[in-house]
Amino acid sequence: MSGSALPIEPHLTRFGETSEAPSVALDHLDTLWFQVTGTICNLKCTHCFISCSPHNHTFEFLSLEDVESWLTRSADWGVKEFYFTGGEPFMHVDLPRMLELALERGPASVLTNGTLLPARSLDPIARAAERSSYSLEIRVSIDGPSAETNDPIRGEGTFERAMEGVAKLLAAGFLPIVTATQVWAPEVDEEVRQAFVARLRDVGYENPRLKILPSLRIGREALRDRGYDEYEHVTAEMLEDYDERQLLCASSRVITNRGVYVCPILIESETARLGDTLEEAAVPYRLDKPACYTCWLHGAICSNYGGIGRDVG
Amino acid sequence: MSADVHRIAVFGGVYSNHLALAAAITDARERGAQELYCLGDFGAFGPNPDKVFPLLVDADVKAMRGNYDDSIARGLDDCQCGYTDPRDNYFARLSYRYTYRKTSDRWRTWMGELPARLTLDRHGVRVLFCHGSPRQMNEFLWESATSTQFLTYLGREYEADVILGTHTGIHWQRRLPSGGVFANVGVLGRPANDGRTDVWYALVDIATASGGQPQTRVEFVPVAYDHERLAAEMREENLPAEFIETITTGWWTTCLEVLPAKERARGRF
Repeated sequence: MSGSALPIEPHLTRFGETSEAPSVALDHLDTLWFQVTGTICNLKCTHCFISCSPHNHTFEFLSLEDVESWLTRSADWGVKEFYFTGGEPFMHVDLPRMLELALERGPASVLTNGTLLPARSLDPIARAAERSSYSLEIRVSIDGPSAETNDPIRGEGTFERAMEGVAKLLAAGFLPIVTATQVWAPEVDEEVRQAFVARLRDVGYENPRLKILPSLRIGREALRDRGYDEYEHVTAEMLEDYDERQLLCASSRVITNRGVYVCPILIESETARLGDTLEEAAVPYRLDKPACYTCWLHGAICSNYGGIGRDVG
Repeated sequence: MSADVHRIAVFGGVYSNHLALAAAITDARERGAQELYCLGDFGAFGPNPDKVFPLLVDADVKAMRGNYDDSIARGLDDCQCGYTDPRDNYFARLSYRYTYRKTSDRWRTWMGELPARLTLDRHGVRVLFCHGSPRQMNEFLWESATSTQFLTYLGREYEADVILGTHTGIHWQRRLPSGGVFANVGVLGRPANDGRTDVWYALVDIATASGGQPQTRVEFVPVAYDHERLAAEMREENLPAEFIETITTGWWTTCLEVLPAKERARGRF
């Protein structure tokens, strides 16, 4: 091609066809997410898609009373499970009580960086998990099987601290799901996976549960690696013969201190805020963000059983 | 058993385990089951898939289609289990290709014509038979990962008092606040990851109680069968040692990633 490239409108595909971003209806509210510590985190990872840090107060903590109230309301919606994320959920002093309440109603998952697992939180959480007939999943984010690969992303010393966290969780009776963002070349997936398994066995995790996530090219990650290409967005044609239930927005909503949002990835986008109540938020969502492309490609990556390797075709 | 009790036997995934299926049919009849149901996934895992179908037909088992049968009948590339772990995917593909190759056209057509759901209305009790869940054939409903409020929603949405499914491989049941029941009937194909070689099915009694209110009771039944013979057949067919180990030890060795924490912790791997 010669000459300067024409600017491509977001609703145009690479080949120039016009294609409006399609909408996805909420099929059923299976999963209720809690942005329990907002965008506040003890770490400042270079690939964070919502740019969390100790000082990012875009979203604040949820109160125990708020979480309890949303959990009660979840019954009318037949919610199947609850996810707690942030920021770093273990920064919230009421996390143990929140999880205890959630586990009275259904299964729960916590997404943590594993570097803050004080006994005063972990012990009551372990007791609540033991008492409940529902599973409590703890997902620990570690982005490489060594300090050399993980620490440049997550911060100095975080690999050792997170591995200590994994050991603490094992001792408390959990089988954590180690969750890694694919910050390496896809060709070395298997090598990285095996290195992870070896390191986790070193700390006593004999049959580790490992989940590999694609990176989301927004927030800080857009600066660390790259943002989305112009062609990387969802078109109406791409949803033909596609099971929409693979997309998080077909089955989830996220509670924040600023209202109900469509999904935990897009909370920094104003159009992702759907209202103050679940009723208001039960509307179709237009897949007009490039990050929707990643979700489309891999299927509900944020849930415990999604990730790279799944065939969503 | 009193005359106003309707007893049915409900089998989950068979996974080509024709020996367990034959034993379960005999056992269910001895226990007075008036009707036999099978919730799909006839093939996978075990040897010689074609041996299963004549047993189902001869015993007049009311059969429906599972995700495996749906894939085989439609000639899809995989079993629609949605694994992401490369090891799980490796074994799932191996098993799927073997089953696909060994299922004759006649039975592929037969399973493709089966319904995806069945219903039964007896003594005013509405029973819904499904494979994974009423809404999605390949949805995993594990005991520790399925809230009661979600099951209540399913009962309301699909107008059923009793919902029976399979797909996960581990049996469990829960009485709902509405008075209804959800039960995962388990599978005949492989043991329940509990260290014993038996496989499981469900006997469901539907009765009118003295006050006129319908009552449903679900009982899980272990089935002992000649698992050593099945293991020998699997060896003859060059099926993976990992599969045979599950049959002879009762512990799952593959496709573990979809297990929630509690179910995973109960197994060996």
